[in-house]
Amino acid sequence: MDWMQIASALALGMFLIILFPAALQMMKNSPKAAPSDWKAVIVPMIIIVLFIMLLIKLV
Amino acid sequence: MNQNYSTVAQRSSSVLATNKVLRNTYLLLSLTLLFSGLTAGLSMFLNMPPMTYLISVISGMVIAMFVLPRFANSTAGIGIVFLITGLLGFGLGPMLTMYASLPNGGNIITLSLGGTGVIFMGLSAYALATRKDFSFLGGFLMVGFLLVLIAALANIFLQIPAMSLAISSVVILIMSGFILYDTSRIIHGGETNYVLATIGLYMTIFNIFISLLQILGIMGNDD
Repeated sequence: MDWMQIASALALGMFLIILFPAALQMMKNSPKAAPSDWKAVIVPMIIIVLFIMLLIKLV
Repeated sequence: MNQNYSTVAQRSSSVLATNKVLRNTYLLLSLTLLFSGLTAGLSMFLNMPPMTYLISVISGMVIAMFVLPRFANSTAGIGIVFLITGLLGFGLGPMLTMYASLPNGGNIITLSLGGTGVIFMGLSAYALATRKDFSFLGGFLMVGFLLVLIAALANIFLQIPAMSLAISSVVILIMSGFILYDTSRIIHGGETNYVLATIGLYMTIFNIFISLLQILGIMGNDD
Protein backbone atom coordinates (compact mmCIF):
# COMPACT_ATOMS: atom_id res chain seq x y z
CA MET A 1 0.00 0.00 0.00
CA ASP A 2 1.53 3.30 -1.11
CA TRP A 3 1.11 6.72 0.43
CA MET A 4 -1.41 7.80 -2.26
CA GLN A 5 -3.85 5.07 -1.18
CA ILE A 6 -3.45 6.07 2.46
CA ALA A 7 -3.96 9.75 1.59
CA SER A 8 -7.07 8.89 -0.51
CA ALA A 9 -8.49 6.82 2.35
CA LEU A 10 -7.83 9.63 4.85
CA ALA A 11 -9.44 12.22 2.54
CA LEU A 12 -12.53 10.05 1.98
CA GLY A 13 -12.77 9.39 5.71
CA MET A 14 -12.57 13.12 6.40
CA PHE A 15 -15.31 13.92 3.83
CA LEU A 16 -17.52 11.22 5.40
CA ILE A 17 -17.14 12.71 8.87
CA ILE A 18 -17.81 16.25 7.58
CA LEU A 19 -20.79 15.28 5.41
CA PHE A 20 -22.50 12.97 7.93
CA PRO A 21 -24.23 15.72 10.01
CA ALA A 22 -25.35 17.49 6.82
CA ALA A 23 -26.80 14.21 5.50
CA LEU A 24 -28.69 13.64 8.75
CA GLN A 25 -30.10 17.17 8.67
CA MET A 26 -31.12 16.84 5.00
CA MET A 27 -32.85 13.52 5.75
CA LYS A 28 -34.82 15.07 8.59
CA ASN A 29 -35.78 18.22 6.66
CA SER A 30 -36.55 16.71 3.24
CA PRO A 31 -40.25 16.84 2.35
CA LYS A 32 -42.05 13.53 1.78
CA ALA A 33 -42.46 12.51 -1.84
CA ALA A 34 -45.64 11.36 -3.56
CA PRO A 35 -45.47 8.31 -5.91
CA SER A 36 -45.77 10.63 -8.93
CA ASP A 37 -42.70 12.55 -7.69
CA TRP A 38 -40.58 9.40 -7.83
CA LYS A 39 -41.88 8.64 -11.34
CA ALA A 40 -40.57 12.06 -12.44
CA VAL A 41 -37.09 11.00 -11.26
CA ILE A 42 -37.03 7.34 -12.28
CA VAL A 43 -37.90 7.99 -15.96
CA PRO A 44 -34.91 10.32 -16.64
CA MET A 45 -32.62 7.95 -14.66
CA ILE A 46 -33.64 5.03 -16.91
CA ILE A 47 -32.90 7.23 -19.96
CA ILE A 48 -29.44 8.01 -18.50
CA VAL A 49 -28.71 4.31 -17.95
CA LEU A 50 -29.69 3.59 -21.58
CA PHE A 51 -27.56 6.53 -22.75
CA ILE A 52 -24.49 5.22 -20.87
CA MET A 53 -25.06 1.79 -22.43
CA LEU A 54 -25.07 3.50 -25.82
CA LEU A 55 -21.79 5.29 -24.98
CA ILE A 56 -20.25 1.94 -23.98
CA LYS A 57 -21.32 0.50 -27.34
CA LEU A 58 -19.78 3.49 -29.14
CA VAL A 59 -16.37 3.27 -27.45
CA MET B 1 -57.65 45.09 -5.57
CA ASN B 2 -54.50 46.80 -4.30
CA GLN B 3 -53.59 43.60 -2.50
CA ASN B 4 -53.87 41.68 -5.83
CA TYR B 5 -51.52 44.14 -7.56
CA SER B 6 -49.12 43.85 -4.66
CA THR B 7 -49.16 40.01 -4.85
CA VAL B 8 -48.59 40.09 -8.63
CA ALA B 9 -45.72 42.58 -8.19
CA GLN B 10 -44.14 40.44 -5.46
CA ARG B 11 -44.42 37.32 -7.63
CA SER B 12 -42.88 39.01 -10.67
CA SER B 13 -39.99 40.37 -8.63
CA SER B 14 -39.42 36.88 -7.20
CA VAL B 15 -39.43 35.35 -10.72
CA LEU B 16 -37.01 38.06 -11.93
CA ALA B 17 -34.68 37.34 -8.99
CA THR B 18 -34.82 33.59 -9.73
CA ASN B 19 -34.06 34.18 -13.43
CA LYS B 20 -31.13 36.38 -12.45
CA VAL B 21 -29.67 33.67 -10.17
CA LEU B 22 -30.16 31.09 -12.94
CA ARG B 23 -28.56 33.31 -15.61
CA ASN B 24 -25.58 34.22 -13.38
CA THR B 25 -25.13 30.58 -12.35
CA TYR B 26 -25.00 29.32 -15.95
CA LEU B 27 -22.70 32.18 -16.99
CA LEU B 28 -20.25 31.52 -14.13
CA LEU B 29 -20.52 27.77 -14.71
CA SER B 30 -19.58 28.09 -18.41
CA LEU B 31 -16.63 30.37 -17.55
CA THR B 32 -15.36 28.02 -14.83
CA LEU B 33 -15.69 24.99 -17.15
CA LEU B 34 -13.63 26.82 -19.79
CA PHE B 35 -11.07 27.76 -17.13
CA SER B 36 -10.91 24.13 -15.93
CA GLY B 37 -10.30 23.03 -19.52
CA LEU B 38 -7.41 25.50 -19.75
CA THR B 39 -5.82 24.36 -16.47
CA ALA B 40 -6.30 20.69 -17.46
CA GLY B 41 -4.53 21.45 -20.77
CA LEU B 42 -1.72 23.21 -18.88
CA SER B 43 -1.35 20.23 -16.53
CA MET B 44 -1.17 17.85 -19.53
CA PHE B 45 1.39 20.13 -21.22
CA LEU B 46 3.54 20.18 -18.07
CA ASN B 47 3.17 16.37 -17.83
CA MET B 48 2.27 16.51 -14.13
CA PRO B 49 2.69 13.31 -12.02
CA PRO B 50 -0.41 11.23 -10.97
CA MET B 51 -0.30 12.52 -7.38
CA THR B 52 -1.34 15.95 -8.77
CA TYR B 53 -4.92 14.65 -9.02
CA LEU B 54 -5.11 13.69 -5.35
CA ILE B 55 -3.47 16.90 -4.10
CA SER B 56 -5.65 19.11 -6.34
CA VAL B 57 -8.92 17.37 -5.44
CA ILE B 58 -8.21 17.44 -1.68
CA SER B 59 -7.17 21.13 -1.82
CA GLY B 60 -10.17 22.03 -4.00
CA MET B 61 -12.62 20.25 -1.68
CA VAL B 62 -11.12 21.78 1.47
CA ILE B 63 -11.36 25.29 -0.05
CA ALA B 64 -14.94 24.58 -1.25
CA MET B 65 -16.06 23.36 2.18
CA PHE B 66 -14.25 25.74 4.53
CA VAL B 67 -13.27 28.91 2.64
CA LEU B 68 -15.95 29.44 -0.03
CA PRO B 69 -18.98 29.64 2.34
CA ARG B 70 -17.30 32.60 4.16
CA PHE B 71 -16.84 34.60 0.94
CA ALA B 72 -19.90 33.40 -1.00
CA ASN B 73 -21.68 36.75 -0.62
CA SER B 74 -18.76 38.91 -1.73
CA THR B 75 -16.99 39.36 -5.07
CA ALA B 76 -14.04 37.41 -3.62
CA GLY B 77 -16.33 34.37 -3.84
CA ILE B 78 -16.07 34.45 -7.66
CA GLY B 79 -12.26 34.39 -7.45
CA ILE B 80 -12.43 31.45 -5.02
CA VAL B 81 -14.75 29.56 -7.40
CA PHE B 82 -12.16 30.03 -10.17
CA LEU B 83 -9.42 28.87 -7.80
CA ILE B 84 -11.34 25.68 -6.90
CA THR B 85 -12.36 24.86 -10.48
CA GLY B 86 -8.87 25.69 -11.76
CA LEU B 87 -7.35 23.33 -9.17
CA LEU B 88 -9.80 20.54 -10.03
CA GLY B 89 -9.11 21.03 -13.75
CA PHE B 90 -5.34 20.99 -13.12
CA GLY B 91 -5.78 17.73 -11.21
CA LEU B 92 -7.53 16.17 -14.21
CA GLY B 93 -4.39 16.62 -16.37
CA PRO B 94 -2.51 13.42 -15.36
CA MET B 95 -5.72 11.36 -15.64
CA LEU B 96 -6.40 12.71 -19.15
CA THR B 97 -2.75 12.04 -20.14
CA MET B 98 -3.16 8.43 -18.93
CA TYR B 99 -6.43 7.92 -20.88
CA ALA B 100 -5.02 9.64 -23.97
CA SER B 101 -2.19 7.07 -24.01
CA LEU B 102 -4.69 4.17 -24.33
CA PRO B 103 -5.26 2.77 -27.89
CA ASN B 104 -8.73 4.40 -28.14
CA GLY B 105 -8.04 7.04 -25.49
CA GLY B 106 -9.05 10.00 -27.64
CA ASN B 107 -12.41 8.36 -28.30
CA ILE B 108 -12.93 7.63 -24.57
CA ILE B 109 -12.18 11.25 -23.59
CA THR B 110 -14.38 12.72 -26.35
CA LEU B 111 -17.30 10.42 -25.51
CA SER B 112 -16.98 11.16 -21.78
CA LEU B 113 -16.94 14.89 -22.43
CA GLY B 114 -19.87 14.74 -24.85
CA GLY B 115 -21.78 12.34 -22.60
CA THR B 116 -21.34 14.62 -19.59
CA GLY B 117 -22.59 17.59 -21.63
CA VAL B 118 -25.66 15.68 -22.87
CA ILE B 119 -26.54 14.41 -19.36
CA PHE B 120 -26.14 17.87 -17.79
CA MET B 121 -28.03 19.78 -20.48
CA GLY B 122 -30.76 17.13 -20.73
CA LEU B 123 -31.43 17.06 -16.98
CA SER B 124 -31.22 20.85 -16.61
CA ALA B 125 -33.68 21.30 -19.49
CA TYR B 126 -35.98 18.68 -17.90
CA ALA B 127 -35.92 20.43 -14.50
CA LEU B 128 -36.43 23.86 -16.13
CA ALA B 129 -39.24 22.68 -18.44
CA THR B 130 -41.22 20.70 -15.84
CA ARG B 131 -40.52 23.24 -13.03
CA LYS B 132 -41.08 20.31 -10.67
CA ASP B 133 -39.92 20.64 -7.08
CA PHE B 134 -37.25 17.98 -6.51
CA SER B 135 -36.48 19.06 -2.93
CA PHE B 136 -37.72 15.65 -1.69
CA LEU B 137 -34.57 14.11 -3.24
CA GLY B 138 -32.17 15.90 -0.82
CA GLY B 139 -31.95 13.34 2.00
CA PHE B 140 -32.05 10.35 -0.36
CA LEU B 141 -29.19 11.73 -2.51
CA MET B 142 -27.07 12.67 0.48
CA VAL B 143 -27.42 9.20 2.08
CA GLY B 144 -26.69 7.60 -1.31
CA PHE B 145 -23.58 9.76 -1.66
CA LEU B 146 -22.36 8.79 1.83
CA LEU B 147 -22.86 5.09 1.01
CA VAL B 148 -20.87 5.55 -2.21
CA LEU B 149 -18.06 7.23 -0.23
CA ILE B 150 -18.02 4.25 2.17
CA ALA B 151 -17.89 1.81 -0.78
CA ALA B 152 -15.11 3.85 -2.42
CA LEU B 153 -13.19 3.86 0.87
CA ALA B 154 -13.53 0.07 1.12
CA ASN B 155 -12.44 -0.36 -2.51
CA ILE B 156 -9.19 1.54 -1.89
CA PHE B 157 -8.17 -1.51 0.17
CA LEU B 158 -10.10 -4.21 -1.72
CA GLN B 159 -9.08 -3.07 -5.25
CA ILE B 160 -11.99 -4.88 -7.01
CA PRO B 161 -12.44 -3.58 -10.63
CA ALA B 162 -16.14 -4.61 -10.77
CA MET B 163 -16.80 -2.67 -7.57
CA SER B 164 -15.05 0.36 -9.06
CA LEU B 165 -17.31 0.09 -12.11
CA ALA B 166 -20.41 -0.21 -9.91
CA ILE B 167 -19.34 2.81 -7.81
CA SER B 168 -18.81 4.94 -10.95
CA SER B 169 -22.26 3.95 -12.29
CA VAL B 170 -23.98 4.82 -9.01
CA VAL B 171 -22.05 8.13 -8.81
CA ILE B 172 -23.43 9.12 -12.24
CA LEU B 173 -27.00 8.42 -11.11
CA ILE B 174 -26.53 10.25 -7.79
CA MET B 175 -24.92 13.26 -9.51
CA SER B 176 -27.76 13.26 -12.05
CA GLY B 177 -30.17 13.43 -9.13
CA PHE B 178 -28.16 16.34 -7.71
CA ILE B 179 -28.51 18.21 -11.04
CA LEU B 180 -32.30 17.92 -10.75
CA TYR B 181 -32.19 18.85 -7.05
CA ASP B 182 -29.85 21.85 -7.47
CA THR B 183 -31.62 23.21 -10.56
CA SER B 184 -35.00 22.84 -8.86
CA ARG B 185 -33.65 24.67 -5.78
CA ILE B 186 -32.58 27.62 -7.97
CA ILE B 187 -35.95 27.70 -9.79
CA HIS B 188 -37.96 27.61 -6.56
CA GLY B 189 -35.83 30.18 -4.74
CA GLY B 190 -34.14 27.67 -2.38
CA GLU B 191 -30.71 28.78 -3.61
CA THR B 192 -30.29 32.51 -4.09
CA ASN B 193 -26.49 32.63 -4.14
CA TYR B 194 -25.18 31.98 -7.66
CA VAL B 195 -21.61 31.37 -6.41
CA LEU B 196 -22.73 28.40 -4.26
CA ALA B 197 -25.14 27.23 -7.00
CA THR B 198 -22.27 27.25 -9.52
CA ILE B 199 -19.90 25.23 -7.34
CA GLY B 200 -22.66 22.66 -6.64
CA LEU B 201 -23.41 22.17 -10.34
CA TYR B 202 -19.69 22.20 -11.24
CA MET B 203 -19.03 19.35 -8.76
CA THR B 204 -21.81 17.25 -10.31
CA ILE B 205 -20.38 17.80 -13.82
CA PHE B 206 -16.84 17.02 -12.61
CA ASN B 207 -17.96 13.77 -10.92
CA ILE B 208 -20.05 12.64 -13.92
CA PHE B 209 -17.10 13.28 -16.27
CA ILE B 210 -14.63 11.31 -14.09
CA SER B 211 -17.09 8.43 -13.60
CA LEU B 212 -17.82 8.25 -17.34
CA LEU B 213 -14.07 8.24 -18.06
CA GLN B 214 -13.65 5.29 -15.66
CA ILE B 215 -16.61 3.34 -17.05
CA LEU B 216 -15.67 3.88 -20.71
CA GLY B 217 -11.99 3.30 -19.89
CA ILE B 218 -12.76 -0.10 -18.31
CA MET B 219 -15.42 -1.17 -20.84
CA GLY B 220 -13.56 0.16 -23.88
CA ASN B 221 -10.27 -1.51 -22.99
CA ASP B 222 -10.10 -5.09 -24.32
CA ASP B 223 -6.78 -5.90 -22.58
